[in-house]
Amino acid sequence: MWQFILKRFLLMIPTLFGVAAVIFLLLRIIPGDVVEAKYMSGEGQGQSAVVIAAERAKLGLDKPVWHQFGIWVWGLLHLDLGVSMWTGAPITEEIELRFALSLQVALMATVFATLLALPLGVIAALKQDTWVDYAVRVFSIAGLAMPSFWLGILMILFFLILFQWVPPMVYTPFWVDPWQNMLQLIWPALAVGYRYSAVATRMTRSSMLEVLREDYIRTAHAKGLWLKLILVRHALKNAMLPVITVIGLEFAFLLGGLVVTEQVFNLNGLGLLFVQAIARRDYTLTQSLVLLVASAFIFVNFVMDVMYAWIDPRIRY
Amino acid sequence: MSNNLLKKLTVGIFAAAVCAVGTMTGNAAQVQPRSGGELVFPVPSEPPSYDGHKEETFGLIHPIAPHYNGLLRFEPTDPTGTKPAGDLAESWTISKDGLVYTFKLHKGVKFHDGSEMTAKDVKASYDHIIFPPAGVFSTRKGQYEVVEAVDAVDPYTVRFRLKWATVSFLASLASPWNFIYKADILAKDPHWYETNIMGTGPFVFVEHVKGSHWVGKKNPNYWVKGKPYLDGYRALFIRSSSAQVAAVRGERAHIQFRGFTPADRDTLKAALGDKITVQESSWDCVLLVAPNQKKKPFDDKRVRRALTLALDRYEGSKALSKIAIVKEVAGVQVPGTPYATPPAELEKLAGYWKDSNASRAEARKLLKEAGVEKLTFTFTNRGVPMPYEPLAVWMIDQWRQVGATVKQEVVEAAAYYATLRKGEFDVAMDFQCGYTVEPDLDLYKFTSRSRNPSNYGFYEDKVLDDLYQKQSRATSVEERKKLVRQFEKRLLDEEAHYLMTLQWHRTIPHSSKLHGWQITPSHYLNNQLDTVWLSQ
Repeated sequence: MWQFILKRFLLMIPTLFGVAAVIFLLLRIIPGDVVEAKYMSGEGQGQSAVVIAAERAKLGLDKPVWHQFGIWVWGLLHLDLGVSMWTGAPITEEIELRFALSLQVALMATVFATLLALPLGVIAALKQDTWVDYAVRVFSIAGLAMPSFWLGILMILFFLILFQWVPPMVYTPFWVDPWQNMLQLIWPALAVGYRYSAVATRMTRSSMLEVLREDYIRTAHAKGLWLKLILVRHALKNAMLPVITVIGLEFAFLLGGLVVTEQVFNLNGLGLLFVQAIARRDYTLTQSLVLLVASAFIFVNFVMDVMYAWIDPRIRY
Repeated sequence: MSNNLLKKLTVGIFAAAVCAVGTMTGNAAQVQPRSGGELVFPVPSEPPSYDGHKEETFGLIHPIAPHYNGLLRFEPTDPTGTKPAGDLAESWTISKDGLVYTFKLHKGVKFHDGSEMTAKDVKASYDHIIFPPAGVFSTRKGQYEVVEAVDAVDPYTVRFRLKWATVSFLASLASPWNFIYKADILAKDPHWYETNIMGTGPFVFVEHVKGSHWVGKKNPNYWVKGKPYLDGYRALFIRSSSAQVAAVRGERAHIQFRGFTPADRDTLKAALGDKITVQESSWDCVLLVAPNQKKKPFDDKRVRRALTLALDRYEGSKALSKIAIVKEVAGVQVPGTPYATPPAELEKLAGYWKDSNASRAEARKLLKEAGVEKLTFTFTNRGVPMPYEPLAVWMIDQWRQVGATVKQEVVEAAAYYATLRKGEFDVAMDFQCGYTVEPDLDLYKFTSRSRNPSNYGFYEDKVLDDLYQKQSRATSVEERKKLVRQFEKRLLDEEAHYLMTLQWHRTIPHSSKLHGWQITPSHYLNNQLDTVWLSQ
C-alpha cells in the first residue's frame, strides 16, 4: 500500500510541472498584457511608448519568455509565488483570504450534498420505481437543471422582497463571529450544494442499483444476513467508488469554479479573483491560481486513488 | 380702546414673530448636519495601488480620497463640478501676465501622523506628479506641461511658475487625483504611497481587506473644525451591478457613487419609495466612434460625414436613455457647463440636424459621391456591456438605413486598446471620461496622432492642433468659447474625424438618510466625504 501511495504521489510532480508550463505559455499567447490593461484604457491612453516600456521592464515583461518562466519556476521551487502584477502585493496575501472563504463554501456544500445525496440515493435505489423513487428523481433532476447562480438569485430576491434583507456583504471568518459567518455563507453553500447533491444522488442511486443486482448480494441474502448489514457492509461500500469520484471532483471544482455564484452573493472568493486576474492579464496571479486549483484537483485525485485502494484492494495490484 | 387694540396687535405681532423664529429655528435644526454614523457604499472596482498620482480608476478615488486633501478642489456644492475652490489653499493670487500662481496655505494642518503640513509637502507632491523621479510612473505628467517650476516660497506659500498663460490652470490643480503627500516620505521612497496611506484628509485609514472592503474612521484632529460629520465609512468592493443594487435595496449600503442604470433606479424607487432619493446629472463620459483614416474609404471625409449624418441622435436619445446610461445629445462639452454648445449651434453640425430625413438623404448622397453607395465595414466594439452594447446595436441599425452593411466585432476589454493602437480595425468605439468639464482636458484627445497617441482616428490635422493651442492659451472666456466652437465644427462637421455618440447620464439613487452630497458630471468628484452626513 505504501509503495502505491508513494508512486501516486511522485506522479503528481510532473503533472504539476506540465500544468505550470502550459498555463505560462497560454497566458503569453493571448493578446494584451497587464500594462495595457492598467494604463492604456483610461486616462492613460496617451502615455508615451517610453513610459509604457519602462513599466513593462519593471515587471520583467521585457525579458524573453523562457527567462520569465525560469524566474517563476525558480520562485516556485523556493515556495515563492511572487507578487501580483496588478497590485504589487504578495500573491500569498492575495490568495489567503479568498482561499479560506472558498474552502469553507466548498466544505459546507460538500457536507450538505453528501448528507442529502447518500440517504436519498440509497432510498431511491431500494424503492426503485415507487413514488419515493420518482420523488427523489424529480428532486435531483431539478437540481441538475437549475444553475446554482440562478438559485442564488432566487434566494436573494426572496429575501429582498419578503424581508427587505440581503445576506452580509463582507466576509467574517468563522472564528471571529460564527453567526455572521454562517449568515453570509450558508446561502451560497445551499445553492451550490443542491446541484452538487443532485449529481451525487443520481450517482448513488444508479451505483446502488447496479451493486444490488450483483451475485454476492444475492448470496448474502441467501445466507440470511440482516438487510442493514448487507446494505452497509456489502452494497454501499462497493457502490461508493463512483460516488467518491463525483464528490471529490465536485469539491475540487468548487474551490475555483464558483465565479457567477460568488458574484451573486458578493463573495470574495477564488473564482472571482481568477476571472479578474485573467481580465487584467495579471500573469503571476493567474499562474498561481491555476497551479492552486490544479494542485487541488491532483491532490483530490490522489486522495481518491488512495481511498479506492483502501476500499477495493484489487486496485493496489 | 385703541390702546387695547394696539396692545393686542403688538402681542399678536410678537407671538407671530416668536412662532416664525421658532419655525425657522426648527427648520434650521432639521437641516443642521448631524454627526455620527458610518457611511457604507459599494465600489464596483478596486484600487490597483493606493497612489492617486499613478492610478486612473475611480476604484481608487472612491475609497481613498477621504484620506487626503488637494491644494484645490472643486466646489462641492456646485452641480457642474467646474468651479475650483480652496482645499489646503486658503487663498491665491495670479500675476497680471498669468504666468505666476501664488497660493497661501491654511495653517495648523496636520498629517495623520501628527506632523504639520507645509508648502514643502505641496511642492514635493506636485514634483512627484509633474517631474517624477526615474522609475516613478505619473499618469498626469503630460497634463502639467505648462508648469515651469513649483516653489515653496515659505512654509505657508507655494508658487507655480508657468511657461505660458492658461485659463484652465486652476481646474488642473483642482484635480481629485492630486493628493498632497508628505515630503519626507516621498524623499525617502517615492513608491511608498503605492502601498501606504498618509494624508491630511478628514478620515484616517483603518483597513483594506483585498477584494472585500476598505474602512476609514473620522480624523479627530481634522483641520476644519466640526468636520467630518461621519464617524467613518466603509467601501465594499462589489463588482456585480445586481449585487450593488441588492446592497442598497437591502439597506446594507447608502449609495454607490458611480451610477446605476435607469432600470436599477426604477427598481430601487419602486421598492423603497421615499427611503430613496435620486440625483441625476449629465456625465462627463462619452463613447466616440473613430473611423480609421489609415484605411480606405475612411480617409475620405465624405464617408466619415455620411457616418455621422446617418445617426438620428435625438430619437436615439429617447430610446436609449430608457435602457442605458446615455442620454444627452451634445458636442464636445457636457451640456450645462461653461463651454457647452448652445442647442441652436449644435443643430447646425452634421449629424445633429433636427430633420433626420434630410440628414440621411445627405448621407446617401455623400456615400454615392465617394463611390461607396453600398458601404460595408466591420465595427470593432469593446467587450463591456453597458453602454457599449446598446449603443453599437443602435448605430449599426442607423448606418443600415443609409445603405451600409456593418458587421460588429467585439474585442475583450483587456485586449481592446492593443487592437486600436495597432490600427487593426475599420471603425471602432473609443471612450473618453474626465474629472471635470474643461476644454483643455476634453479636446486634447482629438489633436493629431503625432502629438497624441490616444488618437485612434490616425489623422493629422494641423488646423485642429492650432485651434487647440489657441483655446488653451486664450485669456478671456468669450474668446475661448469662440475657439472651442471652431474646434468643434472642424472636428465633428467639416472633417468628421470622430463621431460623438450620446453623452452618458449619471443616475445616483441613494438612501434618503444621506445628506450633504451633490452629484456632478464626474464620478471622480465629491468623494472626500467631509460634507456628507447621515440623518439617522
